[in-house]
Amino acid sequence: MSATSLEPKTEPHKSPATEDRPWTDYFTFQTDHKVIAIQYFVISFVFYLIGGAMATAMRGELATPNPDLLGYDNYNGVLTLHGTIMIFLWIVPAGTGAFANYLLPLMIGAKDMAFPRLNALAFWILPPAGVMLIVSLVTETPQAGWTSYPPLSVTSGQLGEMLWILSLLLVGTSSILGAINFITTIINMRIKDMTLFDMPLYCWAMLATSILVLVSTPVLAGALILLSFDLIAGTAFFNPTGGGDPIVYQHLFWFYSHPAVYIMILPIFGLVSDILPVHARKPIFGYRAIAYSSLAICFLGLVVWAHHMFTSGTPGWLRMFFMIATMAIAVPTGIKVFSWVATIWGGKIRLNSAMLFAIGFISFFLVGGLSGVMVASVPFDIHVHDTYFIVAHFHYVLFGGSVTGIYAGLYHWFPKMTGRMMNDTWGKVHFVLHFVGFNLCFFPMHILGLQGMPRRVVQYNPEFATLNMVCTVGSVLLAISTIPFLINAVWSWLYGPKASANPWKALTLEWQTASPPPIENFDEEPVLWSGPYEYGIDFDREADELSVRDLLAEVKAEM
Amino acid sequence: MTGSTLDPSQTSLNYHHDATAAGHHEEHPDHRIFGIYMFLIAESMIFLGLFTAYLTFRAVSPVWPPPGTPETELLLPGINTIILISSSFVMNQGNRAIKQNNVAGMRAWFGATALMGAIFLAGQGYEYAHTGFGLTTNLFTSTFYVLTGFHGLHVCFGLSLILLVLWRSLKPGRYSSESHFGIEAAELYWHFVDIVWIVLFTILYLF
Repeated sequence: MSATSLEPKTEPHKSPATEDRPWTDYFTFQTDHKVIAIQYFVISFVFYLIGGAMATAMRGELATPNPDLLGYDNYNGVLTLHGTIMIFLWIVPAGTGAFANYLLPLMIGAKDMAFPRLNALAFWILPPAGVMLIVSLVTETPQAGWTSYPPLSVTSGQLGEMLWILSLLLVGTSSILGAINFITTIINMRIKDMTLFDMPLYCWAMLATSILVLVSTPVLAGALILLSFDLIAGTAFFNPTGGGDPIVYQHLFWFYSHPAVYIMILPIFGLVSDILPVHARKPIFGYRAIAYSSLAICFLGLVVWAHHMFTSGTPGWLRMFFMIATMAIAVPTGIKVFSWVATIWGGKIRLNSAMLFAIGFISFFLVGGLSGVMVASVPFDIHVHDTYFIVAHFHYVLFGGSVTGIYAGLYHWFPKMTGRMMNDTWGKVHFVLHFVGFNLCFFPMHILGLQGMPRRVVQYNPEFATLNMVCTVGSVLLAISTIPFLINAVWSWLYGPKASANPWKALTLEWQTASPPPIENFDEEPVLWSGPYEYGIDFDREADELSVRDLLAEVKAEM
Repeated sequence: MTGSTLDPSQTSLNYHHDATAAGHHEEHPDHRIFGIYMFLIAESMIFLGLFTAYLTFRAVSPVWPPPGTPETELLLPGINTIILISSSFVMNQGNRAIKQNNVAGMRAWFGATALMGAIFLAGQGYEYAHTGFGLTTNLFTSTFYVLTGFHGLHVCFGLSLILLVLWRSLKPGRYSSESHFGIEAAELYWHFVDIVWIVLFTILYLF
C-alpha cells in the first residue's frame, strides 16, 4: 500500500473493475483478459446448459427401451450435438479459455495477456461456431456423432455435416490462437524473480495444455479439410469406393482428439493442484513431480491416439505399442493423484464448497482413470468397445473430472472474479446433488456396458431397462443440481457479501490484488515473498540452522 | 514499475506515475516474433497432418499412383521450386537492408520477392491447366490438388503480407533499423512457406 497511500486522494479510489466498467463492456470486443475470461465463462456455461438439456432429453428417451421421446429421427442429431457442444463449447473454452484468461496473468503478476487483441479475437470466434451448431437444429443436424467417422459422415446429410465441420474449424482456430497467447504469456511475462518453478501449478498445466493444443489441433483441421472435400467436391480421401481409406481419418482425428482429452483434463489438474493446498493449509506434496508429470502427460498424450482404434483393424504390433504407451500414462497421472491425496493428508482442512468439489474431483477422476487403464488393455477393449462401459468411462473423466473441477474452480475464484462471496450452504447442497446424481447416472453404465449394451442407440434390449431407469433418475438429479448453483452464482454476484482481497488466505499472486482486480490487475507491483504453496512452514525455526545432530536428537525425542 | 497502470484516469492523478508510464513502452518487451513462431508450429502441424495422410494413402495402395494417372511434369515445378527457394534469399537481403535503415533497398528486395512469388503462383496455375487430370480423377490427383492448392493459398497469403509491407513502407519512418516487426514476420512466414514447399515437392514429385 506504500505507493498508493502516498497519493493525494482527490477522489475516491475506484479500482474494482466491475464498478468502473459499464455492463455493456461484457458484450463487446474488449481486450482486458478479465473481461474476456468472464465472457468465456458465461458463454460456455450457456452452452453447458444447452448441452445438458440435450443430455437430459437423451436420458429421457433412454428411460424406456423403446424410442418414444426423441425417436429415430432426432436421436442421432441430439447425440452428436450433445457431444460436440459439451467438448468444444463448454469444457475446452471453460477449462482453458475462461480460467486461463482470468488466472494466468494474475498468477504470474502480469498486466494482461501477451496479445490482448488476439485474445479477444479468439473469444469472438466462438459464438458463431456455437450458433452454427444451434442453427443445425432447425436446418439439418449432423448425424455422425462427435467423432464424425466417414463413410457415415459423408453419407448422412451434407448440410448438417458441413455446419459441424465449419463450427469445429472455428473452435479449433480459437483454441490455437488462445494457446499461442498462453504459451507466450507464461514463458515471457512472469514478474521478475519468478522462475518457472515458482509458478502456481495451474500455469504448468496450462503450459502443457497449450503445447498440446498447438501441436494437435491443426491436425484435426487437416482431417476436416479433407473430409469437407469428400463431402462437397466429391473426392474420395476417406471413401473406400473411390480408393480412399477411412482409417486415415480415424488416425488424423484421434491424433487431435486423444490429446483433446488431456486438453480438457490437464487445466483441471492445475486448478485442483491450486485449490487443495489453500484449503488444506499445507504445502502441495511434490511440486516438481506434479509439474513434470503435466509435461509427461503432454508428451505421452501425443503418442497414444490409436488406442481408440483397437477394433478398426489395427495391426497387432501397433496395438501392442499403443496399449503400453496408454498404460504408461497411468504413471504420471497416478503421481498426481497420490500427490493430491498426500497434500490433504493431515491438513487443516476447510470443507467448503470449493474443497468439496476438489475432493469430489479426485474420487470421480480416480474411477475414470482406473476404467481408463482397463480399456487401454486390448483384449478388454475389444470386448467393451462401443458399449456403455466407454460412455461411463469418459463421463467419469470429463464430467466427473473436468466439470467437477471447473465447479471447484468457480467456487474458489468466484470471490476474486466478482468481489463477492458465494453462499457456502447452497454450494454444499449443489455438491451433494452433483455427487449423488452423477454416480447414480453414470456408475450403472459400467454394468450396462459389461453386459453388452451398445452405445449410441435409441432402442435397446428390455433386459437393460431397470439400470437405464436408474441412470435417467441420476441425470434428472444432475439437471436439478445446476439450479442451486445458478441461483447462488447470480444472487451472490449481485447481492453476496463483499469479498476481501484474499478471503482464503492464499499465497499465489492473484490474491495480492483487490477483488475484483483493477483494470491492469495490480495497483502496486506484486511481491513474490513466498513460494505458491508454502502454507504452515515455520521459516523462523528453519532460520535457526539447527545442526544435523540437534535435528536427529529432536527426532529421537519424539520417537 | 510502481506505475503498473496505463489507465489515464489514474495516471493523470499523480506525476510520478506519469514518469514511469512514459518509460513503459521500453520496458514492455515485444513478444510478437515469439508468437509468430508459435503460429508457425501450428501451421506446420496442419501440413504434417496432410503429408502424413498422403504418405499413408501411398503406402497402403497396391499401385501408386493409381493406374491411369497421367505422368506429372517435372520441368515446370522444378523451375518453380528454384524460383521459390531463391526468393527466400532475395527477401533476406531486404531484411538486411532495413537493418541498415535502408528503406529503399528493402523495398527493392521485397518487390523482387513479390515478383518471384507471383511467378511461382502463375507457374502453378499454368501447371494446373495442363496436368490432364482433375480433382476427383483418383486418390493421387485429389491429394495432389489439395496439397499443392493448400500450399498455394499460403503462398498467396505470404505474398499479400509482402505487398502489405510494401504499402505500409510508403509512409516515411514506418520501418527503421529499430522497428521492423512487419518485415521480420513476413520474412519468417515466407521462409516457412518455402520450407513446406521443399518437403511437398520432395514427397509429391520426386519420391
